[in-house]
Amino acid sequence: MSTVILLALTGLGLAALYFLVASGLSLVFGLADVLNFAHGLFLGVGAYATWWAAGNLPGAGPGGFGFVVAVAFGVLAGALVAVLVELVLIRPLYSRTIEQVLVTVGLSLAGVALLQATWGADPRPFPRPAWTREVTSILGANVPNAGLLLIIAAVLVLGGLLAFLRFTRYGLIIRAGVENREMVTALGIDVRKAFTLVFAIGGAAAALAGALGGVYFGTVSPGQGGSLLIFAFIVVVIGGMGSVVGSAYAAVAVGLLQQFVNYYGTSGLGDLCVVGLLAVVLLLRPQGLAGKVAHA
Amino acid sequence: MTEVKSPEVAAPPEAVPDELTPGHSRWLGLRPYAPLAALVVAAILPYSTLNLPGVFEGPLNSPGTLQLLAICLVFGGLAAGYDLLFGRTGMLSFGHALYFAAGVYGTDILITRFGLPLWQAALFTVVGGAILAALLGAVALRTVGIAFAMVTLAFAQVGAILVARDFGGLTGGEEGLPLDVSGLPSALVGVANTVNLYWLALAYLTLVVFVVHRVSGSPTGRVLAGLRDDERRIGVLGLDPYRFKLVAFALAGGLATAGGVVYCLIVGGASPHVTSSELTLSLLVMVVLGGPGTRWGPVLGGILYMYLDHRLTAFGTSDAVNSLPAFLSHPLSQPLFVLGTVFILAVYFFPGGLASLRSRLTPVLAALRRR
Repeated sequence: MSTVILLALTGLGLAALYFLVASGLSLVFGLADVLNFAHGLFLGVGAYATWWAAGNLPGAGPGGFGFVVAVAFGVLAGALVAVLVELVLIRPLYSRTIEQVLVTVGLSLAGVALLQATWGADPRPFPRPAWTREVTSILGANVPNAGLLLIIAAVLVLGGLLAFLRFTRYGLIIRAGVENREMVTALGIDVRKAFTLVFAIGGAAAALAGALGGVYFGTVSPGQGGSLLIFAFIVVVIGGMGSVVGSAYAAVAVGLLQQFVNYYGTSGLGDLCVVGLLAVVLLLRPQGLAGKVAHA
Repeated sequence: MTEVKSPEVAAPPEAVPDELTPGHSRWLGLRPYAPLAALVVAAILPYSTLNLPGVFEGPLNSPGTLQLLAICLVFGGLAAGYDLLFGRTGMLSFGHALYFAAGVYGTDILITRFGLPLWQAALFTVVGGAILAALLGAVALRTVGIAFAMVTLAFAQVGAILVARDFGGLTGGEEGLPLDVSGLPSALVGVANTVNLYWLALAYLTLVVFVVHRVSGSPTGRVLAGLRDDERRIGVLGLDPYRFKLVAFALAGGLATAGGVVYCLIVGGASPHVTSSELTLSLLVMVVLGGPGTRWGPVLGGILYMYLDHRLTAFGTSDAVNSLPAFLSHPLSQPLFVLGTVFILAVYFFPGGLASLRSRLTPVLAALRRR
């Protein structure tokens, strides 16, 4: 029993990580039709900025309140990079989808290489508060605290995002834009401001995933974002593009499936099952669990 | 008698100006044969002992240079095959590395683990790769556009996982699998015979260019171009887009698998990095840099990209770069940083890639000549 609980909770931790990456991707794709390959870069920036801040920024540190400051710095850096990318690189190519994808591809190659050039290709030990290395006993299962931290963060982000989308004016614009961008533009609303905002939110969420993922894995390396990104893409497609709630459901399904199959089957089989799930969902329900149909 | 001559209208010039006469030199008559000439030059290249310091490390016929050239040629062919999907049919596949990797690992496993002779291994691998592409394409093509890109990416990821996790001890996992050369024809083994591998790579490139050229010139090719430009219209005309796209996908997959077979022989084994999604991304970069949808653009892009990828590593560790301040020398020592940046600039400023360079330069040159 305790094994099942442990697997479920670590699976949820993984799901939280996927959700943090996928929510931003999904919103960006739903609103701006940009398949953002540079999202892994935002994650890397967040992780490295947190790592740097914990060592160098005054007031920040590897434990206690200093760690909160370090993570906040990382999230801010991620959001800033995302906004810069949107303003400088994506916006001039407005409504030229393929070119936008190509630019983000180039950016992901160059950006990861830049991280590697600055901090080296080897994984660096990540500063983390002592309590995240311990375990909490839940119903007889010893669950790592870092996983619980991820789950709590993802739930908070999900709640915050939903509240933002539901109760604020910009949330309304974003929701309307995902549904029908031309109509929103025709009503005289500048959707491009919403694009920038969505990029900032996505970048911040990805950076948070980078920072907390660093805590979870204990190390930070330039290529970390890339491998997470592929599963985040799968989560986005399964969940339905443009739907935050869909991403959350899909992330939970993917995380749990991966964790359980990897434990009870051979290692690596869970990753294959996830892709199988993707194929099944696409065959039965091409628009994803809860989303609009992805147009060309 | 209304012979009114207005003085404003200039009399037609005695002779048409030089730059407007079509075919005013014998050059244009020879242009169809230029690829043939390039092929002949490439074929006799290994007989030259020319030393190009800075461009290659050894003379042209040294094994190191020939191997680099052979790899460049294979990737030229791969890029041309990928262009059949991206540039000519408009399908953005992020999983092309899978079929290349299937070629590399298929050959390697059949020869090394099962002891098959080369021709059987190559035949099985290429047929198997084409069938794999047809099967996976049949699922993936149920989606369009960006979703298609993601699905192909996910399929390629399965390949990467299968290779890395080493199910059944076939692939050698992270270590890769060196090719067992004892059963190979002796002409393809050993450093002294690198030149034969070079010719093999050249033959592969020629084959791909020929196939892509024939396909794009055929009625099927015109349907593919139609799919790229307006898929709905093709559907309205009563043709089934799904079937044509599947044909293109399977064909491109088969060509990539054949490239994998050749690559496996050239580098003498398989390593997991051929399964990575970065390989597909670099194929995309090659095609866009060269010029999508053109005959020679992707080939040139592939050759140039692989050459730069190999040579920029040497460039990055050279004294000229090391003497720069750290904030410049560190990024410049990463080939992917340079290539990625060049790629972004190319998307912005050279949407047609290398192949459009001539049409872009023509007005500039003409303006210069007139001055």
